[in-house]
Amino acid sequence: MKKKQLTKIISTAIPLHMENIDTDQIIPARFLKATNKEGFGENLFRDWRFDMDGAAKPHFVLNNPIFKGEILIAGYNFGCGSSREHAAWALSQYGFNAVVSSFFADIFRNNALNNSLLPVQVTPEFLQKLFETVDADPSAIISIDIEKQTIGIDNKELVEHFDINPYKKVCIINGYDDVDYLASMRQKTEAFEKNRKNDFSITF
Amino acid sequence: MHKPKTLFEKIWDSHVVFQEEGYPAVLYIDAHLIHEVTTPQAFDGLKKRDLPVFRTNRTFATADHNVPTKDQQLPIREELSRRQVEALVKNCKEFGIDLWGLGHPNQGIVHVIGPELGITKPGMTIVCGDSHTSTHGAFGAIAFGIGTSEVEQVLATQTILQYKPKTMNITINGKLGKGVVSKDIILYIISKISAAGATGYFVEYSGSAIRSLSMEARMTICNMSIEMGARGGMIAPDETTFAYMKGREFAPRNKDWDKAVAYWKTLPSDKGATYDRELVIKAEDIEPMVTYGTNPGMGVKVTGTVPTEQDFTTSSEKENLAKAMEYMGLTPGQKMIGQKIDYVFFGSCTNSRIEDFRMAASIIKGKKIASNVTAFVVPGSTHVAKQVEKEGLDKVFIEAGFEMRGAGCSACLGMNEDKIPSGKYCISTSNRNFQGRQGPGARTFLASPIMAAAAAITGQITDVREML
Repeated sequence: MKKKQLTKIISTAIPLHMENIDTDQIIPARFLKATNKEGFGENLFRDWRFDMDGAAKPHFVLNNPIFKGEILIAGYNFGCGSSREHAAWALSQYGFNAVVSSFFADIFRNNALNNSLLPVQVTPEFLQKLFETVDADPSAIISIDIEKQTIGIDNKELVEHFDINPYKKVCIINGYDDVDYLASMRQKTEAFEKNRKNDFSITF
Repeated sequence: MHKPKTLFEKIWDSHVVFQEEGYPAVLYIDAHLIHEVTTPQAFDGLKKRDLPVFRTNRTFATADHNVPTKDQQLPIREELSRRQVEALVKNCKEFGIDLWGLGHPNQGIVHVIGPELGITKPGMTIVCGDSHTSTHGAFGAIAFGIGTSEVEQVLATQTILQYKPKTMNITINGKLGKGVVSKDIILYIISKISAAGATGYFVEYSGSAIRSLSMEARMTICNMSIEMGARGGMIAPDETTFAYMKGREFAPRNKDWDKAVAYWKTLPSDKGATYDRELVIKAEDIEPMVTYGTNPGMGVKVTGTVPTEQDFTTSSEKENLAKAMEYMGLTPGQKMIGQKIDYVFFGSCTNSRIEDFRMAASIIKGKKIASNVTAFVVPGSTHVAKQVEKEGLDKVFIEAGFEMRGAGCSACLGMNEDKIPSGKYCISTSNRNFQGRQGPGARTFLASPIMAAAAAITGQITDVREML
């Protein structure tokens, strides 16, 4: 199945000055009851955005109308905790195409890539520059080029290279899907099963 | 002579179906555990693609995250939860997967029932749409949590795309002190290396202190590997592993058992095998632990104090502490002992097995919980619940003032009705003290079952060693 294709993200950014943002903060468990992929964006960072009565908390950055954009900038170890892909769906549905941090938790990174939400890991120094730039000028434009694997702060002419695994890069640029790739391996998987030794994993 | 291999490398290498240059490995998955929360969208994907489940006999289903723990025999009251559980029932039926749903004797938390039924075995690859899948590594398996897109991949193909992680060996040698149990080992390790300290690694735990642990104690350690960011945790199989497994419903039998054991004995890391990172810990350095903050790395020994700004060097660490203090309502430098608690939760895939309840009951027996405390016990599975009753432990808990519940994930993640009220303190045998994890505004102290038992009696954080 063809997915969203993504080659460049050029946008203002929203700075979220927090480290160790876990997936329970991104989308609390009580919002995981859906059986489809819709409606998660409105509950993104629910308990940081809204109080118990549903009123917006004015101090939370997503409620500050000055900050807008497709890029979320966040502190070290973003997406730790639960494996819930709903976290990636929530960020994506809210309107983010990329999350920039100095470190990502493994499962979140995979989930994000599987949803064409680009996790961009930068150095702590560059992250600091990004925060400073956007804090000072919310209209600053950040440019992410997936083909070239670069992220730049346009008004400062600062650019940094980022890593992305080569397979996922191809998938995101072209909108390819893992299931299609794996399903095309069917004969190899069947041959593997047939030729296996020492398989005590299931009682036949 | 072959290059010496680690336990991880042996299992990984024997499951690579195919690997293209520059691509991740296509890894065969021996067992796929599924539950109601992370699968409905994956089944929808299969329907859209018009694909069947590739290997139904390698897919095991239960309902755990979103089920009530009270009145489990009745229809689920909460509509969205009911619909999600019903979707699992419908999908399993449509795709030909056996389901151990509510009311089934095998129902329970996926990571409790896998080992208890003998589905989890050494040498396997196991995945589940749940980060605590690392639990199963206690048997010498590669087990890790995945997202829903990956659940769909495994349902459709019994394979998953994975880059090989780095390996880390954590050796814990020596003898554990009085009142120190496996939960303390893992909380200690995480407090030392941080909530991101093992990200990118698959961790093997070894050493004499690990060898002396029961299987259930080993599961607690592997379970929380994800809390330091590790892809998974594992422990080499040994006689303790085989003794635990023998005779379980899905374990090999007769000649197959002998063949299996012979193979499993080849799995431990070869002499001379190397890891990308090594860490050595002395068991004697570990004391009963408790967390003070909002991630599992924010833990201290129970006799310790909440850190102060001076204990940290970077401004972001200082800021993390300040934010955690604000949320937790604690003061930097305060003693942990004596901190009051309001709730006690015994449960979760970390500590809800029979040994956990035995050790907690040994502290509680003949005593009453403090008048300011609400305490409840949620067994990890229906089998565990039955065993608790068989051993009369339920009476011990009830007489002390605990409420006994049915099996499920419950207040570990506050997805069902079992939530800790805002602002209240809960000492919990679960695995995460994140903000709002146990309910919006809830404040969590993670600790071992005996530490939680001691706190239940006194109504405050207590050094359990004084009760032994």
